Amino acid sequence: MAMLEIKDLQVTVDGREILKGLDLAVNKGEVHAIMGPNGSGKSTLAHVLAGKDQYAVTGGTVTFEGADLLALEPDERAAKGIFLAFQYPLEIPGVTTMNFLREAINAQRKKRDEAELSPPEFIKRVREVAAKLGVDQEMLRRPVNVGFSGGEKKRNEILQMALLEPKLAVLDETDSGLDIDALKVVADGVNRLRSPERAMVVITHYQRLLDHIVPDIVHVLSRGRIVRTGGKELALELEAKGYAAYQDEAA
Amino acid sequence: MTAELHLLKTDAEAALAATFASAKARLPGGRGVAASREAAFRRFEASGLPSRRVEEWKYTDLRALMRDAKPLADPPDATRGKPSLIDALPGVDAHRVAIVNGTYLPAWSDLAGADLGVTLTDLFAWVGDNLSAWQDLVADESDLATSLNQAFMTGGVVVRIRKGARVAKPIHLAYAFCGEPAAMYPRTIVLVEPDAQATLIETFEGPAGSDYQVNAALTLSIGDGARVERIKIGREGASALHIETITGAIGARADYNELTFTTGSAVTRNQLFLRCTGDGAKVRVAGANLLKDRQHVDSTLVIDHASRGCESREIFKSVLDDESRGVFQGKIVVRPHAQKTDGRMMTQALLLSDRAEADNKPELEIFADDVQCGHGATSGRLDENLLFYLRARGIPAKRAEALLIQAFVGEAIDGVAHEGVREMLTGRVTAWLEARG
Repeated sequence: MAMLEIKDLQVTVDGREILKGLDLAVNKGEVHAIMGPNGSGKSTLAHVLAGKDQYAVTGGTVTFEGADLLALEPDERAAKGIFLAFQYPLEIPGVTTMNFLREAINAQRKKRDEAELSPPEFIKRVREVAAKLGVDQEMLRRPVNVGFSGGEKKRNEILQMALLEPKLAVLDETDSGLDIDALKVVADGVNRLRSPERAMVVITHYQRLLDHIVPDIVHVLSRGRIVRTGGKELALELEAKGYAAYQDEAA
Repeated sequence: MTAELHLLKTDAEAALAATFASAKARLPGGRGVAASREAAFRRFEASGLPSRRVEEWKYTDLRALMRDAKPLADPPDATRGKPSLIDALPGVDAHRVAIVNGTYLPAWSDLAGADLGVTLTDLFAWVGDNLSAWQDLVADESDLATSLNQAFMTGGVVVRIRKGARVAKPIHLAYAFCGEPAAMYPRTIVLVEPDAQATLIETFEGPAGSDYQVNAALTLSIGDGARVERIKIGREGASALHIETITGAIGARADYNELTFTTGSAVTRNQLFLRCTGDGAKVRVAGANLLKDRQHVDSTLVIDHASRGCESREIFKSVLDDESRGVFQGKIVVRPHAQKTDGRMMTQALLLSDRAEADNKPELEIFADDVQCGHGATSGRLDENLLFYLRARGIPAKRAEALLIQAFVGEAIDGVAHEGVREMLTGRVTAWLEARG
């Protein structure tokens, strides 16, 4: 059985149907890209996997490692190993990045009946990972994302991901708002986390991110359904031809 | 008209008049004090308890909220040992000044090893020797709550910090109430001479089940170049009525920083009237209120920029649960000659319940033309998107809420320079959140 199995998923937002029977299976070790035009349901899929309230699941199932994912609270999903890298990471005034990371790591460890990290262990781990990602120590002392540039915010997401070591990472438009240098830094961070034990779902509108994070499988999402699945060459084809053909097909 | 007003006296007003008539002969202080008591009570009687029709009391209708006036509190029996409820300020090493039931108690105070440069004098002894200074200090006190305090002052202390003194340990004015429900009217005068430095902590507390009343007044005089930090911790018992009025004058280049932290009482009115009397003074006034049940806490302040080039920052944060109500009335006044004034005022309320209420009334009165002033007010719930962000990282809902509430209040508390006090208050926010469940 696949690590993540989505069957016939139907989701409405404010009474509007966004996902209309989506099927997807992701095995551990695989990197899937989900591409599609604006409004096709990409971000909805990401948020439903992470458990956001405003999205109402009206049909279908999502199982993660054999268990019903939809029955879990967002924090329980995180503790099970699901990580959503946000398209627009939020600013949290008054909570330092360091404190935020410690709260997150220890909450997850507690839920998994693991011992909390001692302050020195924690600080050592954060410093190591931050250094690898080129995250400035000063940034760790500042409130989460407050006054960060777009690139710094995305790097902070990858730092969180590296520390939380999820089994399944969902990257929602991680390339949006990044210049090419920032994009490379972020992609390098993601690539370093690729492992046979970890799966990734990379959601993007543009092919350029996939030059740097090379997927195993590419899906085209249009009007709430996966309409085509192929290898990494599918991304190049989309780049050349655009989404027009798929929008017609789905209609 | 006058006759009509008398007919409309509330029970509390009638009781205040009766108490004043019977007690004035035995209230402490010499002839000068007796005269100012009489004048103050007449001022009060002319208008009575302020109702919501009085603009300054619009959101805190004292006439309705104060159903009765308690008898004056008796001084505690100093031979029976200190009441256990004097706030011990965990983690903070301070000189304690005990003011119990409105009476200054030197025997329970602890200035042992006190830094040289601090003197404590009983209020009435000081006024006896400094009558004209006293008259100057209270000359502008037209506020009704202060008039009542001046009429009934049961006791108090004058803290004098001598010129250039650096008082290392905070001076802790520990106000406590014990015994049968009664009213206390402590009056404190703090005179900080030029270039002195000190930290003042005021704590107010009393038993939970007692509907006692506190009407305290603090007169602050901060000399040129002095640096003063004041932290007030309001932990009155859950049924208490608490009013404190601070009247302060801030000298040239002085630095004054205060935080009022309120979790206690049924009804609190914190009034602050500060005037920058010398050029280049720097003032920071902050408030943090954590309220539940039907608590009502009113922060009313006037920052009067009466000199050139003064800077003031006001930041107030209220966390309102259940049916609690937070009131903020803040006014920045800039006098015609107070050019280069820089004043910013921000008040924010976080509503944790649909039934909680926040009333924010910021005002600017600017008569100079070369100034920078601004104010802002917000009230709202916890941000759902932020909560989701925290939860998506594995932090459970209750903990995520607590982190955001702590961060919200933290913006006010973080301005406290004294590290021990800051940590203690942060701990009290955590305890409040844990008690909330």
